[in-house]
Amino acid sequence: MRAVVTVMGSDKPGIIAGTSTLLANNKVNILDITQTIVRGIFTMVMLVDIENSKMELADLSESLKALGTELGVEIRIQHEDIFNSMHRI
Amino acid sequence: MLTINPNEIVETIQMIRDEHLDIRTITMGISLLDCADSDPKAACQKIYDKITRYAKDLVKTGEDISRCYGIPIINKRISVTPISLVAAASNTCDYVPFAKTLDKAAKETGVNFIGGYSALVQKGYAKGDENLIRSIPEALCSTDFVCSSVGVASTKAGINMDAVRQMGEIITKTANLSADNNSMGCAKFVVFANPVEDNPFMAGAFHGVGEGDCVINVGVSGPGVVKAALEEIKGKDFAILAETIKKTAFKITRMGQLVAQEASRRLRVPFGIVDLSLAPTPAVGDSVAYILEEMGLEKCGTHGTTAALALLNDAVKKGGVMASSSVGGLSGAFIPVSEDAGMIAAAECGALQLDKLEAMTCVCSVGLDMIAVPGDTSASTISAIIADEMAIGVVNQKTTAVRIIPAIGKTVGDSVSFGGLLGEAPVMPVHPYSSEEFIARGGRIPAPLHSLRN
Repeated sequence: MRAVVTVMGSDKPGIIAGTSTLLANNKVNILDITQTIVRGIFTMVMLVDIENSKMELADLSESLKALGTELGVEIRIQHEDIFNSMHRI
Repeated sequence: MLTINPNEIVETIQMIRDEHLDIRTITMGISLLDCADSDPKAACQKIYDKITRYAKDLVKTGEDISRCYGIPIINKRISVTPISLVAAASNTCDYVPFAKTLDKAAKETGVNFIGGYSALVQKGYAKGDENLIRSIPEALCSTDFVCSSVGVASTKAGINMDAVRQMGEIITKTANLSADNNSMGCAKFVVFANPVEDNPFMAGAFHGVGEGDCVINVGVSGPGVVKAALEEIKGKDFAILAETIKKTAFKITRMGQLVAQEASRRLRVPFGIVDLSLAPTPAVGDSVAYILEEMGLEKCGTHGTTAALALLNDAVKKGGVMASSSVGGLSGAFIPVSEDAGMIAAAECGALQLDKLEAMTCVCSVGLDMIAVPGDTSASTISAIIADEMAIGVVNQKTTAVRIIPAIGKTVGDSVSFGGLLGEAPVMPVHPYSSEEFIARGGRIPAPLHSLRN
């Protein structure tokens, strides 16, 4: 199963390191990563494979949210289908 | 590789985070036709057992889906076969225990509301209908989560004016019985013309007899998303306005379709419909009235409001219909006064009057919804308000409804608070002239000529 991790907020050192460490520790594989400024907000988007993840998507979501609070950014993980259904026919 | 670009990902997240995009309800429809029993206690036990068995995982599944996709799912609800049909087989005239059974089942399953304490009497009363309607005030005031509705009119049958007269009395009685709770009982009761059998929204949801044993229906929302999209096209012409609403409605509805399919798969229950409604909440920025104002009206309710709403309602349907494999329910923009911050503000400053709201119901889904009127409004005036609304539904071959709250002890200038999504309603003035003799006639207003379509 693939999911999209988004990090939104102000850019600072350690965001990618912190997020990818948490994912790696849970055996979540990063398939693609891109970062850009969208509507004035620093945005990092990762496509990840959570097939072998130690945690369920819901629990991963909680851990990433907590990490985001620590780093002063918003981190989300969502099943990729929500974006596919909204933006692709 | 990412097939979706970051802009699109951020757009979706902003809709959810900043513009209140959510799935308003996952509603499980359950047929209770097989629960009828001559012994009322046995019938109630069968009803409780069936609902709690079928819906035991509904709330948890909704929460799981919400976490998986990162989209809020506000309500999980149940609709059942109109109880007048199920209870008619039982040897009793007292149907309140059926309402209490539904309430107990709702509490056990953890849902927000259970709908279907209902009767359909557009052409006449059967035994079960009489018993059920008589019990509505007590049923609504002795339960927490039970919603009730009565269909009193249809394009095919005309308007049952005996039922319309009785509805005024039932609403007045319910308001008085729940006077110490802001007449809350009336917020859980709807009177319908042309009700639909697959409506996922409360208080009017029931599971029609033409439906299967169990079904999942989903209602989407997203007035805030439409308003935000319109902010980008200030001053552009109506073709662009309609196009923008259509595109936004498409995206919103795709969310509903995804969640509906996923809920259906996880619960192993057939997917019924997605209801394409724009349902507001009292939260600022989640208002249908503010969409109308964004189109260029100074205040919702002023001249031009009906045209603006007609455009909105039509564009929402056109955009949404292609996004779902099965569209149904009420599908359109809702205009509940107490549940919409913009409507509340417009009613409070006098821009929005009852007569204009009635005109607006000609071009949007449903009707006079969550409207508070002075507590001393006579039953016949309430019946007459219902009669007008039913006539609009019957003649225009659409669903219309009335959910009206006589605010006991209050008058114009006061407001009445229901809490949560039900919001706060300013008490609106009604016409002071009597409709008593009109309502006292009784009988049935015949179906319009265009009902003869065969």
